Amino acid sequence: LAELFLWPALVAYGEAAVAYAGNALHPGLAGRLATWGVRLGWLAQTALLAVQAGRSDGFPWSSWAGSLNLFVWLVVSAYLIWGCRTRYRLLGLAVMPLAAGLLLVARLGGGTRAVEHPGYSTLFLVLHVGLVLAAFAGFTLAAGLAALYLWQARRLKRHRAGRLLGRTPSLATLESLTARTIAVALPALTAGIVAGFVRQGTSGARLDALEAMTLATWVVYAAFVLLRYELGWRGRRAIYLALAGFAFVVVVRLALPVTHFA
Amino acid sequence: MTLLLVGLSHRVAPVELRERVALPGPQAGELAHRFAGDRREAACLSTCNRTELYTVAEDADEAERDAVEALCLAAGFGAEELRPVLYRMRDEAAALHLCRVAAGLDSMVPGEGEILGQVRAAYEAGTTGPVLDRLFHQALHAGKKVRAETAISESPASVSSAAAALAGQVFGDLSGCRVLLIGAGKISELTARSLAARGAAISFVANRSLDRAKQLARPLGAEPLALDRIDEELGRADVVLSSTSAPGFVLDRERVEGVLARRKGRPLFLIDVAVPRDLDPAIDGLEGCYLYDIDDLETVVAESLASRRREVTQAEAIVAAEAERFRAWQSSLEVVPAIASLRARAEEIRVAELSRARGLSDRERQAAESITARVLDKLLHLPTVRLKEAAAGADGAVYAEAVRHLFGLGDDAGSGRHPRQ
Repeated sequence: LAELFLWPALVAYGEAAVAYAGNALHPGLAGRLATWGVRLGWLAQTALLAVQAGRSDGFPWSSWAGSLNLFVWLVVSAYLIWGCRTRYRLLGLAVMPLAAGLLLVARLGGGTRAVEHPGYSTLFLVLHVGLVLAAFAGFTLAAGLAALYLWQARRLKRHRAGRLLGRTPSLATLESLTARTIAVALPALTAGIVAGFVRQGTSGARLDALEAMTLATWVVYAAFVLLRYELGWRGRRAIYLALAGFAFVVVVRLALPVTHFA
Repeated sequence: MTLLLVGLSHRVAPVELRERVALPGPQAGELAHRFAGDRREAACLSTCNRTELYTVAEDADEAERDAVEALCLAAGFGAEELRPVLYRMRDEAAALHLCRVAAGLDSMVPGEGEILGQVRAAYEAGTTGPVLDRLFHQALHAGKKVRAETAISESPASVSSAAAALAGQVFGDLSGCRVLLIGAGKISELTARSLAARGAAISFVANRSLDRAKQLARPLGAEPLALDRIDEELGRADVVLSSTSAPGFVLDRERVEGVLARRKGRPLFLIDVAVPRDLDPAIDGLEGCYLYDIDDLETVVAESLASRRREVTQAEAIVAAEAERFRAWQSSLEVVPAIASLRARAEEIRVAELSRARGLSDRERQAAESITARVLDKLLHLPTVRLKEAAAGADGAVYAEAVRHLFGLGDDAGSGRHPRQ
């Protein structure tokens, strides 16, 4: 049954990614098709997660691939908040290919199957995985907004703003949304790390490379919030810092998962 | 009843003619009122680009002659002078034309927004009845729909609005943005007003002479500033708008670079509408500074107009659909009196036959009333639908005549269409 929902979700995300590319060239119908692709894909993936949760007697997304599946759903959920607005369709160009690609990786890693006995499951694990993934989804969206900021700034610098004038979000809006998304995601990451350490304390395990990198990620985003809100940083340097934080997220999410999930 | 339009516009008449025929607001309404009298509907749309008289009359030829005469009289022309540039349209063509006008498709700048308000004003000042009511509502709806469903009116069409739109791309809505105005010319004043219309505050006006700065600052609600003190404001301003007649740069790269540290990365949008230029082009290379000169702005306007023209095809389709709705409604008017007469005749027969029935109890009479009414409704439903369908095509009048003949219906007494002012 899980497969029954997986493929529609994958196809819809893929269609949205292609349609967003088409919308960038010829705005209009392609943009609307993309938006519906996101909505239908999200519904199918929600059904997939519901089936996984219904079949499992524990936390079904505690494996690396499973957590990737949940992560994709969180990213698309966060994207849906703005993504359906015409002005933010360009953000879909960054988010939807990523969502389709990562969902495929999750499928190849076995993270989209319905597993009856996922191995282990405690309240702290659920909190840890859920909160960290929600935070990472927020950071991913913030990175998409930051990339859109750089693209917009480049167009303005090169005096090529005329064609899409009024159809894309302003620099100030993009920067403010990036900062707000990070400001919301950072407490979730903090709580997720604390929950992880509590669980680790009970099991007696030692700090691994992924945990160290997650702490470094936290430091970068905490610095961003401090500099942006306390010291008044604005513009490209704040945006570069947000993207630096996302580089850590990519490493944590994709490059160092083996030791931690083992 | 025929819908008729007589008028002229920028497409057929030079400004020397248009300015003489143009009627200020109340005069257009008065012309419509005089022209309508008590037997026609009329509305007059008069702007700097067009003067058009819309009317609904029984005798279209007579109304056309009267309309030409009324426009000539209003303009102080002889009929022979004006007649060659006047266009005349009837029914579908006139309806489509008004829908296009309301959508801005017949304007000099496609999609311009002012015309929609002017069409509404013409309607409100007119002496309208059911046909013009319907026509103007349909046209206003078409105008709004085109603006909502296409991007035809989104992009700026002038240098001043392009500058304001670009500032919007940097700062979003401009409320809370501080504008520093250096010097003042016509374009910079218009640009300042465009920025203010989007919520920006003109905080300072700088000029070589402080007295002149005071003079310029007053109407804009700004503070005057001497030209050598602009560095203080540069650290706080969001937009710098320059238009002096200075032969060299008023602001160079080093001067702007000196205040960047204080801005903490906050963007600075600079608009240079002066020729020769006031702002060193090297400023554009500084982090967070976006400099647009007059050529850049004109390029934006040209691109924007091209993008408006690309939207025209979609807008034309919307307008055609709305005009078609009006046409279908207008055609249905031909059969409405026949349908009304047919139903009235049937009801008359039903009531007469029921009154002949004797010896029925109240309950039986109620049942008979209900049954006969239902039979009548069912019997007349299909002919009514078919008549309306025929009216939407070209056969409405033929079908209406056939119904009158078959059921022995007399001439319909008017359709209750009386103009209102």
